[in-house]
Amino acid sequence: MDEILLQILNGLDKGGAYALIALGLTLTFGTLGVVNFAHGALFMLGAFCAVSVQKLLTISERVRDESITFFEAYKEVPYLEIWWGDVGTTIIDWSVPISILIAIPIMLLIGVAMERGLIKHFYKRAHADQILVTFGLAIVIQEIVKANFGANPIPTPAPDIVSGSAPVGAWLGLSENLVYPYWRMIYLGFAAVVIFGVFAFLRFTTFGMVVRAGMADRETVGLLGINVQRRFTIVFGLAAVVAGLAGVMYTPILPPDYHMGMDFLVLSFVVVVVGGMGSLEGAVLAGFLLGILQSFASMNEVKQILPGIDQIIIYLVAVIVLLVRPRGLLGREGVMED
Amino acid sequence: MKEIFKSNMAVMIAFAAVVLTAPIWLAPIGADYPDLLQKFAIFGIFAIGFNILFGLTGYLSFGHAAFLGVGSYTAVWSFKLLSMNVLPAIIFAVIVAGLFSLLIGYISLRRSGIYFSILTLAFAQMSYSLAYSVLTPITNGETGLQLTLKDPRVVDGMFGIPVTDSLPSTNFFGIGMSGYSGFYFCAVFLIIAFYISLKIFRSPYGMKLRAIKSNQTRMKYTGFNTRPYLLSSFVISGMFAGLAGALMAVTDPLAGAERMQWTASGEVVLMTILGGMGTLIGPLLGVGIIKYFENIFSALNETALREVWNFLPTGLENIMVVISSPFVGEGWHLTLGALFMIVVIFLPGGLMEGFSRLSRMFGKSENEVAEDVVSESSGKTTGKTEGEK
Amino acid sequence: MGNILEISNVNKTFGGLHALSDINLKVEEGKIHAIIGPNGAGKSTLLNCCIGRLVPDTGSVMFNGHDMIGMEPHDINHAGMVRVFQTPEIFPDLSLLENTMIPALAKRDGTFKFNPFATLSRETEIRDHAMHILADVGLDRFADQHAGSISRGDKRRLELAMGLIQEPALLLLDEPTAGMARLDTNRTIDLLKKIKERGMTKIIIEHDMHVVFSLADTISVLAQGRIIATGSPEEIKNNPKVREAYLGEEADDE
Repeated sequence: MDEILLQILNGLDKGGAYALIALGLTLTFGTLGVVNFAHGALFMLGAFCAVSVQKLLTISERVRDESITFFEAYKEVPYLEIWWGDVGTTIIDWSVPISILIAIPIMLLIGVAMERGLIKHFYKRAHADQILVTFGLAIVIQEIVKANFGANPIPTPAPDIVSGSAPVGAWLGLSENLVYPYWRMIYLGFAAVVIFGVFAFLRFTTFGMVVRAGMADRETVGLLGINVQRRFTIVFGLAAVVAGLAGVMYTPILPPDYHMGMDFLVLSFVVVVVGGMGSLEGAVLAGFLLGILQSFASMNEVKQILPGIDQIIIYLVAVIVLLVRPRGLLGREGVMED
Repeated sequence: MKEIFKSNMAVMIAFAAVVLTAPIWLAPIGADYPDLLQKFAIFGIFAIGFNILFGLTGYLSFGHAAFLGVGSYTAVWSFKLLSMNVLPAIIFAVIVAGLFSLLIGYISLRRSGIYFSILTLAFAQMSYSLAYSVLTPITNGETGLQLTLKDPRVVDGMFGIPVTDSLPSTNFFGIGMSGYSGFYFCAVFLIIAFYISLKIFRSPYGMKLRAIKSNQTRMKYTGFNTRPYLLSSFVISGMFAGLAGALMAVTDPLAGAERMQWTASGEVVLMTILGGMGTLIGPLLGVGIIKYFENIFSALNETALREVWNFLPTGLENIMVVISSPFVGEGWHLTLGALFMIVVIFLPGGLMEGFSRLSRMFGKSENEVAEDVVSESSGKTTGKTEGEK
Repeated sequence: MGNILEISNVNKTFGGLHALSDINLKVEEGKIHAIIGPNGAGKSTLLNCCIGRLVPDTGSVMFNGHDMIGMEPHDINHAGMVRVFQTPEIFPDLSLLENTMIPALAKRDGTFKFNPFATLSRETEIRDHAMHILADVGLDRFADQHAGSISRGDKRRLELAMGLIQEPALLLLDEPTAGMARLDTNRTIDLLKKIKERGMTKIIIEHDMHVVFSLADTISVLAQGRIIATGSPEEIKNNPKVREAYLGEEADDE
């Protein structure tokens, strides 16, 4: 029972990341009709926002390490600590949450730039062309990140206060041994908040209503005289922000490195396909489901029977779904069906 | 001139001549050493095969690197189990790659368009994951499959080929496969591959494939069962990939999982598109350019870069070094990605399209150019020769 | 002469919409059978049910004694039922000649023939046949042009050529003269008359009454998903039900 709950929790927060990325992908595909292979790169850029903020905050000065006396030793002390002492240390400690604030405008800017600069020229072009050009963009972004940040994963720890594990078992009246890292639970909550935010936005604002209408029938909406173009840009920016935020908050869970974009990209496309390519709810649902599935597949008991299943389970599910029910879990019939 | 190239024989003679004399005419640009020449031939075969699928039918597969990988693994296993002779290795590699692509093609082609691409993507990643982890007995995971002294090499044993103290080398009935002989061996296969491609392009089968790309639904209502056409072209291109993988192992007997990643498939896509997809020689052009510049660019470090820009006054030199340094050495992939984008955005027909546009600028009549573009882009004939207009 | 096509008891609903109700239709071999009716009557839906694009909810479509329902489009084509599309579904990237050769190749090679080593330039018989048909529809001088770049009217003629070259037992024409100028219309009528003499049965969906009354041996009138009358052109002209449903409006367009 403990094990199962643990795996579910594990799956939920990995699933949260998948759901967020898939959400952004579905927004762009559903509204703009554009397949964006650079979406994983947006996730990665969000993560590297956090890295950059951390680097910025910890710009240090080489100072004599007084505690070591038998030879001259130096240590790096961040300027913030030098100037503001404990407050400085706290700020550095909270660099990940602080990055959220920075990431939002940056990702929005990047998203808008991407749409205005590149994507909008590809609305009318074949899907293959869209895939190819965004694939190229993803490589370019990835390489730029690699050039600037190196090839190794960069640890970005969560704030100290939440870096431990919560006694979940005790809370739920189950085994005392069942613990789960605070930060992962926070991530799950965060993902849920963002998802609800997006859905609320789409449901309760006029803008959102236009977007939903556009997703259902782009041509008619355009004919109604609504400036669809500008809305597209904003939607793309929104998708970029969602992906970026998913990335920012994920950094303590998985130290970011330059190819995380591609890794998550493939997975998120699979999630979108399983969920149904026009369906936002489907993307979210599939994200969580596949996260949990992958979690269970990585249990030792399972791996003993089917070795390596955790690596390929998501792809297997995608293949089965595509063959048996191509519109996905919640997709609309006829959308891109063969 | 165009008249002559309507004949397959003429094209093949010209092509064979160009390929076999490559060490000579590539010498002036420093591209004549065996390693690079082998790469041209091997990736050329890979790209020709890919072009038969993507160029003719328009189906974009991200999984072809998996067939390349399978070809390599099969070949190395042949070296280990049977013989260092490359012939069985190549034969088995092509067969196994063909079977593998039959399986994957059969499933993936149940969908079309982007669904198809994602399916191939999923399979590529699956193969890669499996090769890395679960299938390590077969693939030796991260280290890659290599020859060892303890390999049984049964067939060699039967022929009384002695076991030596050092690792044996691949051979074609005694002829070593390294250096220039390795290149010429690959070159022969390149010529054969090109011939097959030429025949396909100029056959009714090829025209039907292009019709599928043009309007698949219409093909069905015209009486064609499109599925076997697509599957057969998929398998053919998979076998070409397997051959390329085998030749990689022939010239360097090891096989690694990283060859199977979908991003490796991306490279062949780029080469095909850069040269001009759907054209006969476009993909080869793309391979040549990419591999040649990869060679140069990856080797450029700062010192070499300075030498390049040396002719400029120092201030300007420094600026140019700074601007160009992210694009060389480690940054070759950056250049590749940027090139990818530029080609797709501005010249989706690749270099071949560029050439035909240029020739248009030099005063040809509209009709002539249209015919050129049409016949160059698929090597087919329309029944009218230049004289008969 | 027997009936080459017998549609029995066909119904088709889309959601709540009854597109076709209790369709019973017999088409005599060798004749030109026109189907007319107001917009939205279900004419295209009926055609789609015949060639495999749609599957009716009930009933059968017996072609030469075989039920076509559930068959794959390519098999229906080879059985001898060929459709000429209303919205041209040509191959835009190929030349007109190639567009016309493809259906001819389908007829000769069947649903699948693996002949990558045959040479296209040696297919002189197919090529000549295709040129001949292109000449019949007046497009032979465009033979080498990209089909994507010709006018809509020319595309419709190409569509016709692509259908004719397969010499089907039954040719289904979906508004073949829609959007054509008077000259082209007359030319098409002449062409269809000429082919009739070769024994090809045709079903024509048309709005242009001039075309219908020039060509048709039998006319069926479709209104709101039902066949309200079938008979010779004279009978239909004088049928009060038909007048009411349809002809009354169209007569003004003459």
